[in-house]
Order: sequence, then structure tokens, then C-alpha cells
Amino acid sequence: MTTPTSIELVLDCNSLSAQFRTASGPIQVLHDISLTLKPCTALGIVGESGAGKSMLIKTIMGLGPAGMQVSGHISLAGTDLSSMNERRRRQFLGAKVGMVFQNPMTSLNPFVRIGRQIEEASRYYLKLGKADAKALAVDLLGSVGIPDATDCYDHFPHQFSGGMKQRIMIATALACQPELLIADEATTALDVTVQKGILDLLQILQSKRRMSMILVTHNLGIVAGRTDEILVLYGGHVVEHGPTDVVFANPRHRYTEALLGAMPRIDQPAHTTLRTIPGRPPDPANPAPGCPFAPRCPAAEGRCHSSMPPMTVSGDGAHRFACYVPVSTHPSDFRPMAPAVATGAEQ
Amino acid sequence: MSEPTNTAPNAEFEASLQDDALVQVRRLSISYQRNGKEFRAVDNVSFDLAAGETLGLVGESGSGKTTIGRAILRLLPVADTSMWGSVIYDGIDVAALSKPALRGIRRRLQMIFQDPVSSFNPRRKVPDIVGEGLEIQGIGKAERTELINAALDDVGMSRSLVEGRRPHQFSGGQCQRIAIARALAVGPELIVCDEPVASLDVSVQAHIINLLQDIRETRNLALIFISHDLAVVRNVSDKVAVLYMGKLVEIGPNDALNQHPAHPYTRILLDAVPVAQARQKIVPSADAAQIPSRMMPPSGCRFRSRCPKAQQHCVDVEPELRATPHGQFVACHFPNNQ
Repeated sequence: MTTPTSIELVLDCNSLSAQFRTASGPIQVLHDISLTLKPCTALGIVGESGAGKSMLIKTIMGLGPAGMQVSGHISLAGTDLSSMNERRRRQFLGAKVGMVFQNPMTSLNPFVRIGRQIEEASRYYLKLGKADAKALAVDLLGSVGIPDATDCYDHFPHQFSGGMKQRIMIATALACQPELLIADEATTALDVTVQKGILDLLQILQSKRRMSMILVTHNLGIVAGRTDEILVLYGGHVVEHGPTDVVFANPRHRYTEALLGAMPRIDQPAHTTLRTIPGRPPDPANPAPGCPFAPRCPAAEGRCHSSMPPMTVSGDGAHRFACYVPVSTHPSDFRPMAPAVATGAEQ
Repeated sequence: MSEPTNTAPNAEFEASLQDDALVQVRRLSISYQRNGKEFRAVDNVSFDLAAGETLGLVGESGSGKTTIGRAILRLLPVADTSMWGSVIYDGIDVAALSKPALRGIRRRLQMIFQDPVSSFNPRRKVPDIVGEGLEIQGIGKAERTELINAALDDVGMSRSLVEGRRPHQFSGGQCQRIAIARALAVGPELIVCDEPVASLDVSVQAHIINLLQDIRETRNLALIFISHDLAVVRNVSDKVAVLYMGKLVEIGPNDALNQHPAHPYTRILLDAVPVAQARQKIVPSADAAQIPSRMMPPSGCRFRSRCPKAQQHCVDVEPELRATPHGQFVACHFPNNQ
């Protein structure tokens, strides 16, 4: 059914755009987004609020709000989603993709024992019988690090702490042996130590079950050292995409660089003045022509304000960025940890 | 409720405390009643804070950091709460103040919350929100306007920008600026900041942190900075106190804790901070931290159930806060780097 080339990619989004029609005109929330995900790799999607992270995931999953118009192609595990009707698409995605959301309390039904909630997907999509589904649920609870899985099977969500609830959510997401696991801000509300435990667990499960994973987050620190590639979104555009260590060591887009410089770090001296980004994120209702970051960019030139920079691909083709005046690649020019406030002084 | 009895004496640590510090928290213990059971949120915590100094309070949720912040301002609920020990502010025992006297001292002590929007009255206009404290203090209209404008200027919001507008018309970062302006308007000497940047985007967070640092310098403010984010605490603090299940486990100069964390818990917290830089792939660990119930803390050292170094001695004897060669105090029988 599938050709060998399409099997190579778990997810392939091509020129994905999404817009809403409103009384005052269309609002475009995603602009021409292309991304691919190879099997058994982890991708980090990062951006600030309003960058389009969640909208991108919702669009891929067909969970976008009613009235959203999507153009472009999405294929998952070699199958084109756009050709499917609603019902088939749901069946297909439900079995292939597992999702974990930010707030486990609102995703879990407080009145239903957790065992049944974990079984729900496997009974519906995999048509498992009662006993098989239960065995699978207990097994999953064990694999996400819940002690005494057999006892916990009959517990209610309120009997668990926030971190444990998130582990239960992960178990429900794994119930159908998905090929792709998407964690949308899955550790945002948790303590750092608990967050580390959950991220460790996701990483272990990803390699053990040979899944692909997408970590969606506003915290750049979460994806460092835990993903193979990162995709930086700004104003609904992909501004930079590349191997995680390359992007962190050598960010080329001015926004990525500014964002890294704005983060406080434990290896900096106390009272270091943080680099700030002037201005505000773009308003999708009043998009300016050109690069969405241009109004806030210290290096912006005339053309940045008038036309959208095309994707530039660096040497080996793995690192791409949409910037007319990218940050120099010379390592000594890039110091995200420097206390300096200097803007546009790289040269 | 019974007075705390089984706590370690901490004689060495208590001898190091200054009797002339601006804020003196002494053997503070706070218990809440929950479903008929007592639960100790804060247990025998002492520390000092000098004028113009910033203390970072860190710990996981439930460690008691917010409770301590609120106790200093006497903002704890009266019902079902018991408090022992004292909070001395500039020689005044805050816990013993009468209501009118408390109003007087609130001018000098202010607080900023994690969610600024929910701390505003949505129906009031922003200048009135900023001037609310001044109104309560009985300051006349002309002087009030002047102080409101000065406070708004200090946080980078002009009067003309906020005139006639209500909180919902501003972004999260702007609302946090307004909250800071409200705290500044009454001319405080100490501000308790409870997770002030936790809900903000990275670029906005940097503005607010820099702003707090500027204001601290220009107004010589003392800050108590409560946060679960150690990177933020590292940036803003002079001193750091680490809390675990209501106990002070380590306290000392920011640099000492950052470079030579003595308590295994401080080490774990530092290691858990996600660092945004090119790094080797993280080697995940499969053990999930089992956090004990706050209702039934472990005997001896409370951290022992999660501690990689725990021994029988840790089960039997609660560790005292002891000085380390790097200048901090640590409550651990087997501290690191010593």
C-alpha cells in the first residue's frame, strides 16, 4: 500500500497554512509550514505564546477549531490525511498518534477509575477484549513508573499527585502502541524535579518503543539534550529548524538568538542583566509585510520589513532559517550567555 | 495544636543570625488543620534579610515557601492556622501587631503575586488599582496622583498609557508591571515576590526580572523572591534558602549554593534545571521520585526517602543546620563537597 520512500517518514507536512475567517477579514495563524519527522526521532517545537505551536499540533491532528481553513498536505506514516474523511481520519490518528496535554487534571475524567481510562483507547481502536485490555493497562502503568500497578488500576485520578497523573496520561497515550507521541507542554505545570522525571520517562519510552516524539514547549531548556531536532516558531512561521545541538550552539535566526539570550541561566553570575526583546509579538489580525520578527529585530534592514525572507539552508542541508541578516556562524561571535545588552553589534 | 518539640536545635546556625537585620524570622513554625488533621507547612525556619538584599526561597510545591512569604506579611488565614516563633521587621514583632498598627506597617511591606490579573479588581481602572494602597493609607488626592505617576514611571508604563483603562486591556507582562507599580506606590522597603515570572513568556520574563533588579537598586529594596525556577533565583538573589517539606535544608550565599551545593536535595534541584544550551544527549533515569506525604513526613531527616546517601543515622536522628567551609549552612549528616 505504501511506497518505500513514504515509509521513511512518520510525519510529513508540506506548506501547511491555516486561517480563520472573521468579520474583519481572514486571520492567518500558520504560514507555509513544512516539516518532516523520521522514525524514532524526537522533535522539539518551541515558541512563545501565540507563536502557533498548539495550532500546528491541532491542525496536524485535525482538532482545529470549527471554521478553520487548512491548506497544504499532511501525511502520517506514509498515508495522506487530507484525502481521508473525518471518520477515517479519526480512526487512523487515534491508533497511530498518542497525545499528552498540559493539564492532566482536565484530561482525566475524575469519576472514572484510571484503569478504565487507559483501556478506553485500546478497546475502541484495537478492539481488545476486557481481559486483554486490563492486562495491557496494568502493563502500561508499570512501564510509566507507577508502583503497585495492579492496585492503582482501580484508583481514581484524585488519588495521585500531579506528576503521577501525568504518568497516567502518558500510559493512556501509549495504549494503542502509537508511532508518534506528541507531548504538548506536558511538563509545564510541574516542579523541576518532577518535570525531569517525566522528560526522562518520555525519552526512555521513545527509544524503547521505537516511536517518534514531538515535544511542544515554550521552554527551550526542555528540548536541549532531549531532542534530535528543533523547530522554532514565531508568528505562525517556521523561523529556524535544525539539529538541536547545532541550533543551540549556533542559532542563525535573530529571534532564536534573542530568545536564548533572554533566558536566565544557572551558570551565569548573580544579577546578570538579561538581554531583552523590545516590542511585542505580532498581532495575527494585522500582519505586517516581511519578516514577522522585523519590528523587534536589532539587525533588521529595509527588505526585512517589506518581504518575507526565504528559507536559507546551511551547508549540510539539515539547518534552515528564514532570515536576511542571520547571526554570523563564527563561534566567537555568538555568546548567548554574555551579559551584554549589545544589539546588532555582531560582526 | 501542640507546639513543635522534636525539632533540631540548630544552635550553631542560630548563633550566626544577626540581631540587627531588617527582617528576622525566628523559629517559625506554621500548621494548618486539614480534615481534622494537623499538617505542618513550615517547621522551625529561621533567617535574616538585610535592607537592599534579595533572598531566594526555593523548593518544590508544598515545601512551605509561599506560607513563609505570607507569614512575613501576616497574610495567612486566621482560621485553622497556628503559628509559633516570630517575624521581626525593623524591631517590630509583626505577629503581635494590632489591626491599625498592621495597616501602618503594610506600607513598608508589599507583595507581588504569580497571577497579577487575579490580584486586581477587574472593574477598577488601572491608576485606581495602583493607588489602592495609598487610598487605604489615607493619602490625599494630589499626592496620590503624584505617587501613582512615579510608580508607573518606574515600571515603564506611562500614565497616559493606562489612563481610563482596565486590567483586561493589558497583556500578562504589562499586568505584572502594574502589580509591581501598585506595590511600589506606597514606598515599601520589602517586597515579597511570589513566583512573579512563572506565568510569563521568556522574553517578557527577562523584562520583568531586569525591572525588579533596577528597582531594587534604585530604591534599596529588600526582596524575598519565591520561585521554583532555580535559574531565575540564581539571577536575582544574594542569598538562597532551600526548603524541603517545611524544613530549611540549606541556606547561604547564592554563589556558595550554586557552586558548592552541600545538601543532596540542592544538588538534585540544580541538576533538574533544564539548561538551554548545546549539550550532550541527556541520559534518562528511570526512577520516579517518590515524594512522601506531607501529613506523615519521614522520621529523622525528611529527605532521606529520596536521598541517594541515606543511612540508618538519617532515619534515627534529624540533622542540624551546620556551617560548611563555603559559608552556607546545611542540614545534612553527609553533605556534599565537604
